Amino acid sequence: SGDVQLELAASNWNKEQGYISKSLKATLHDLQRKFGIQFSYKADVADNLQLRVPASLEGEKDADLLLGRILAPAGLSYKKVNEVYIIQKTAAAPAPVNNVVRQLRSSVNSQTNVTVSGTVTDETGVGLPGVTVVLRGTTRGTSTDASGNFKIEVPQTGAVLVLSYIGYTTQEVTVGNQTNINVVLAQDTKALQEVVVVGYGTQRKSDITGSVTAISEEDFQQGNITTPEQLIQGKVAGVQISSNGGAPGSGSRIRIRGGSSLNASNDPLIVIDGVPVDNSSIAGSANPLSLINPNDIETFNVLKDASATAIYGSRASNGVIIITTKKGRAGDKLKVSLSSLASISQLRDKVDVLRGDEYRAVVNQYATDENKALLGDADTDWQDLIFRDAVSHDHNLSVSGSVKSIPYRVSVGYLNQEGILKTSEMKRATGSVSLNPTFLDDHLSVNLNVKGVKSEHQFANEGVIGSAVSFDPTQSPYDNREANRFGGYFEWYKIDDNGNPIVNTLAPRNPLSTLEQTDDQSDVSRSIGNIQLDYKFHFLPALRANLNLGYDVSKGEGSITLPTTLAAVYVQGGSFREYSQEKTNNLLDFYLNYVEEYENIQSRVDFTAGYSYQKFKNEQPPFATFNIAGDTLVQAPNPIESTNVLLSYFGRMNYAFKDRYILTATVRRDGSSRFSPDNRWGTFPSLAFAWRINEEPFLQNVTAISDLKLRVGYGITGQQDIGGFYPYLARYSPSNTEASYQFGDTFYRTLRPQGYDENIKWEETKTYNAGLDFGFLNNRISGSLDYYFKKTDDLLAIIPVPAGSNLTNRLYTNVGSIENRGLEAVLNFNAISTEKLTWDISLNGTYNENEITSLSRLEDEDAVGIPVGGIGGGVGNTIQVHTVGFPTYSYYVYKQVYDVNGRPVEGLYADLNGDGSITDQDLYRYKNPEPKAFFGFSSQLTYGKWNLGFVLRGSVGNYAYNNIKANTFYSNIDWEGYLLTIPSSINEFGFVGPDDPNRQYSDYFVENASFLRMDNLNLGYNVGSILNDKVNLRVTATGQNLFVITKYDGLDPEVTGGIDNNFYPRPRVLSLGVNLDFQ
Amino acid sequence: TDDLDQTPPYEVTSATVYNDFNNYKQVLAKVYAGYALTGQIGPAGDPDITGGDEGFSSYLRQYWQLQELTTDEAIIGWGDAGLPDLHDMDWSPNNQFITAMFARIYYQISLSNEFIRETTDEKLAGRGITGANAETARLFHAEARFLRALSYYHALDLFGNVPFVDENDQVGAFFPEQISRAELFDYVEAELLAVESLLAEPMQNEYARADKGAAWTLLAKLYLNAEVYKGENRYADAMAYAKKVVDAGYTLEEDYDDLFLADNHTANGIIFPIAFDGQRTQTFGGTTYLVHAPIGGSMRPVEDFGVGGGWAGLRTTSAFVGLFPNPEDSQDDRANFYTLGQTLEIAEIGPFSNGYAIAKYKNLTSDGEVGSHAGLEFVDTDFPMFRVADAYLMYAEAALRAGGDLGLAVDLVNRLRERAYDGASGNITQSQLNLQFVLDERGRELYWEGHRRTDLIRYGLFTGSDYLWPWKGGVAEGRAVGDFRALFPIPTPDLIANPNLQQNPGY
Repeated sequence: SGDVQLELAASNWNKEQGYISKSLKATLHDLQRKFGIQFSYKADVADNLQLRVPASLEGEKDADLLLGRILAPAGLSYKKVNEVYIIQKTAAAPAPVNNVVRQLRSSVNSQTNVTVSGTVTDETGVGLPGVTVVLRGTTRGTSTDASGNFKIEVPQTGAVLVLSYIGYTTQEVTVGNQTNINVVLAQDTKALQEVVVVGYGTQRKSDITGSVTAISEEDFQQGNITTPEQLIQGKVAGVQISSNGGAPGSGSRIRIRGGSSLNASNDPLIVIDGVPVDNSSIAGSANPLSLINPNDIETFNVLKDASATAIYGSRASNGVIIITTKKGRAGDKLKVSLSSLASISQLRDKVDVLRGDEYRAVVNQYATDENKALLGDADTDWQDLIFRDAVSHDHNLSVSGSVKSIPYRVSVGYLNQEGILKTSEMKRATGSVSLNPTFLDDHLSVNLNVKGVKSEHQFANEGVIGSAVSFDPTQSPYDNREANRFGGYFEWYKIDDNGNPIVNTLAPRNPLSTLEQTDDQSDVSRSIGNIQLDYKFHFLPALRANLNLGYDVSKGEGSITLPTTLAAVYVQGGSFREYSQEKTNNLLDFYLNYVEEYENIQSRVDFTAGYSYQKFKNEQPPFATFNIAGDTLVQAPNPIESTNVLLSYFGRMNYAFKDRYILTATVRRDGSSRFSPDNRWGTFPSLAFAWRINEEPFLQNVTAISDLKLRVGYGITGQQDIGGFYPYLARYSPSNTEASYQFGDTFYRTLRPQGYDENIKWEETKTYNAGLDFGFLNNRISGSLDYYFKKTDDLLAIIPVPAGSNLTNRLYTNVGSIENRGLEAVLNFNAISTEKLTWDISLNGTYNENEITSLSRLEDEDAVGIPVGGIGGGVGNTIQVHTVGFPTYSYYVYKQVYDVNGRPVEGLYADLNGDGSITDQDLYRYKNPEPKAFFGFSSQLTYGKWNLGFVLRGSVGNYAYNNIKANTFYSNIDWEGYLLTIPSSINEFGFVGPDDPNRQYSDYFVENASFLRMDNLNLGYNVGSILNDKVNLRVTATGQNLFVITKYDGLDPEVTGGIDNNFYPRPRVLSLGVNLDFQ
Repeated sequence: TDDLDQTPPYEVTSATVYNDFNNYKQVLAKVYAGYALTGQIGPAGDPDITGGDEGFSSYLRQYWQLQELTTDEAIIGWGDAGLPDLHDMDWSPNNQFITAMFARIYYQISLSNEFIRETTDEKLAGRGITGANAETARLFHAEARFLRALSYYHALDLFGNVPFVDENDQVGAFFPEQISRAELFDYVEAELLAVESLLAEPMQNEYARADKGAAWTLLAKLYLNAEVYKGENRYADAMAYAKKVVDAGYTLEEDYDDLFLADNHTANGIIFPIAFDGQRTQTFGGTTYLVHAPIGGSMRPVEDFGVGGGWAGLRTTSAFVGLFPNPEDSQDDRANFYTLGQTLEIAEIGPFSNGYAIAKYKNLTSDGEVGSHAGLEFVDTDFPMFRVADAYLMYAEAALRAGGDLGLAVDLVNRLRERAYDGASGNITQSQLNLQFVLDERGRELYWEGHRRTDLIRYGLFTGSDYLWPWKGGVAEGRAVGDFRALFPIPTPDLIANPNLQQNPGY
């Protein structure tokens, strides 16, 4: 639709005194100079749109009011996202546009014309005013009236209309024989991406030089989402999000471009409305992020490379996720939204175990005579007993609008989520308030956000998941023998001469009893808030001062009550323990931002410099443990209190020349209380360059290419989150009462000198990034390609220290290097875009390689490395190793030998070093838990009022150690006074055990866990206006985790860490939702 | 930026801890506790050393396992990585138990060094610690030196050629030099001789603190094994120091069994214990392990042992059982075999029913009361690191080897046998006293107290084929094992961490 000059029908207003006609671009430029504000809009559509604006801006004091006045007649409005004004269309308030449509200029030949009329509506059926309608290949065009109607003369044959509108996807319609054409324009979900929230401010997307992905509400995952990070699962290239299990509110492991640390945290920094939050756990909550209501979130911005993250310096090595919550808008009418979602969660699969006669036969073959007598006559499926179909419901109400030019948004939410493991439950009430008023003639804008949550948890003992798999299926869950002191539940016990039970302490406890008799509950509250004052200097509006004061406080408290009838604590008379924790995090940020265009040299400069102070405090008061009678079992330990302070100076310069060549330089200097005065300061610089190739003259006429940008960047970031707070300090730590030592008749609590490294400092990650953004055919096809290389030096790792040189055997110190390199690709495809039918497809994929390149102060090529990855079945057994030259967490196993039929031969392994015997010299490194590649595939299909979407997520080349299978061997049914059952997979390999100590280390149990998962399938129907047009109703049905395609033999191939040992299964969730918008 | 100077509110810094004399005893208590406990939270939760299971890292547990599981006295049925290798005698330098022992020994040495460094006369004077406090501090200082010598003795006995650090090495990241076994022998000897006179008189110190008796016993052990450690005959010195202990006034506890019970802190004849308490000194290692791990099968944990349940792991071999005449119903009170449902021979190592069980350590008092822990998990039983009976037998052996007073030797042996047989029925004559008899008697008197490996090595029976016991070398009938296994390897993690170290031969 390129160069169409549209003079709007409202042109008669031009005659009014003091108003002139001006292009949108020029207008916004004036406003920017006048008020120092930034704009964002779809330039190719609207640049030349003519607006009626005051001839002089003199005397105009309020930018928001002025904008409202001049945009409304053109059917436009604006939206403010972090001080940037995004120009878009107002659906709620149709602008009064004159009906007269005038043909402007025609270069069409003398072919006979026919008049075509039609209506353009949005997805909700509301007529769209001001839509540009152009005959393709010409400059002939018009725009729609207030009801969305248009009329245009077109040639009799071959006419194609191009309909475009700000905030909506441009659509082409073949006219054919039609004389009346009704078109539904789909909202352009990319509109928001035009401005990108970056650290300490925002940037135009076109000016971004780093690797940044923005995901807004429209692209979020649907359904029963209880914790924020699940919203973008599978949606962002380079970002891997795996839930830690199916427990209510359980967290996720988030990895951005692989882990750049070894023992320090690999979690990204999370910033919510400008407050970097504490991502470490709070007592009583499975996941600190679950304390944020996902429904309040508007956008996620994921900063991936150093150019984008270096402004966060020492916390940026593993990427940054910036979360922005929803806000009210100036001039908005009252808008009330209510959404409700009801879900049912089901166990997707369970472990198939030996039962019934098959089990009896195995017991009779492999158990001792005494143990054969233990067989019961029940047929109990213990897994069925501990799991249930769980019901959840989630309700959210939000009210937004503007009172006396104070935009506000208030929301409340209530979630009640049951876990599929009986008794586990989370109830959460959330509330949020945001106010964004402006003062002093729009020079001072205030942004106030307060979010609060209170949640109640009931935790189930997850140990029962494993014991339910192995518990003897011939035993009834209940037992009514007279000696039973266990609440009538079956337990493994003997009866002594006095008729009292002696619990077999080695046997597993009855899983059902454990669940039903455990009361493990907590109350957690958290509040995050900030007030941001942004002042544009009166004498120099291009200069802003921004002060951000924020806090994040959380408090968790809970108790675990175990009755005397619970076999595990029967002897000590039950148990009662309380715990609590309080965390506070206070923030002060101040920065100055200067934005100026120098037209004479075709340059734009955006300069930011600031200071940040953040203090984290953690307090855990001590509590004793009692039995039910009130006797003290464990004395109260020492209280825990720790403080961590981070002090920073930062600066960023963004320079754009001719809108084509863009340079960004950032630097941050961080000081951390974690390190000694000699080491606590670190400097983290970055430099990046972008070239908008499509803006070059030689491409400007190539209409097929709508966007082409090359980005290269380099930077250094750091990491300091190692858990401990004083690792450099020589200090003495007191023991608790139970670790006292006796001298004479007195017990002394001891003082221990702690191991320490006085030279400990930041680890540093150097990141190189090269990327290409592209868009073709008016961005119908768009995407990006990024290559990255990250090298972490001075790795914060726990390594063995030379014996005798320190006050411990393994020390947190700076040693070694890790490299990650990878490729990310994103492809968005607007496959179909017609009146009734639209189909958007989005694909992202990431390839990542990781290697340890150094791991000690000495280079020793033969070094085995550091064993990690503890497994079940023997204390201290590990299955993984960190070795130089290999990926982190490589499996370290024996090579299984197979017979001619492909069955593994028990106890037979390859003698890799050829010394004639199988020793630990024959272990080799085989695969690792991280995928070679992972990808997400999303589809959104809209047909009339229906929409259908899905998200598929997969990963390739990730391997998992099937720990359940590794403990499967026939002798494992026979134990000291009790029986176990084993998984039916024993029939595949038939190991007898137990005398082969290497059995667990067979590579047979390391399985390919590549998978493809249907994360989400959702269907929506927009009922439209009901109740006299007062309410808009939309209903949805969603299925989550519907199926998984994998060769992996265990229940779920997505095993974070790679050791599959009875984790809380991720349920299949089916949900029905209702959304009501009151207007 | 002053806010960047954060310090922990509930810990003291090294700069200030020694300004308050009250802290000295707590720091010393940590050095002693290092043999019993695994960290600052009992029973587990804040370990001193990391990298493996905390309970497994217990000093005493690993010392016991390396000294006993490698011999005829003990075998364990668990499959934890590297554990079966101890009795199989095919351990590698990666073995997690050997690694843990090595780390524990050097942890103790580092703890001792820190305390010794901070309690020199100059430092005491510099901090204004004077008078009686200074005297007390000097005694603490001497005890820390004794404990360091004890751990170096263990290093000498188990590993031989090892890294050396003392109080002159500051805490940091450096590479300690390796010294030879002979040099280490000289160092331990010199240290013990130096502190001998500084320690409290025998039985005059507080319970569980070291005194002269402990130093003399250790010197006697050092000299008795000098031929192994240094290729030098020091039996006369061994005899002299054993005699000092014999003459120091220790008496034999009347009932042998009472030496291993929950109230054994009142038992006579324990020279130096590692103290445990069910409520205040809790660990999954130490005697908690020694009471629980040997209970299984039809044994009754609550009634007969004072604990809630057994761990069904430890048993003994028929070779050891054979040291006792008529073992199932022996006249010898020390034969505490549990045989009901147990076979004498071990067909399979895993099942508890294979091999006789041993009921020696219990969490019951001599009056039959259970220990103090409400959960019946952690025990009150102290571990007798040194007993006077050991000194009797060391004297007898040294006298045989060096030509000493054999009359006294027979008398000392018979004192033990009279207690065991509740009368003179088991007494021997001087003609019956020979080196093999002393070794067997050491087995009968001191089994499961952490002496056996050292004894078998001294007799040349640990490796090679002169003495085979069930499952020695990993086969049921036993087989020869290479002589290099008389020393454990330097663990791989330390070989990598310290370029100054050379592996022991054979590994």
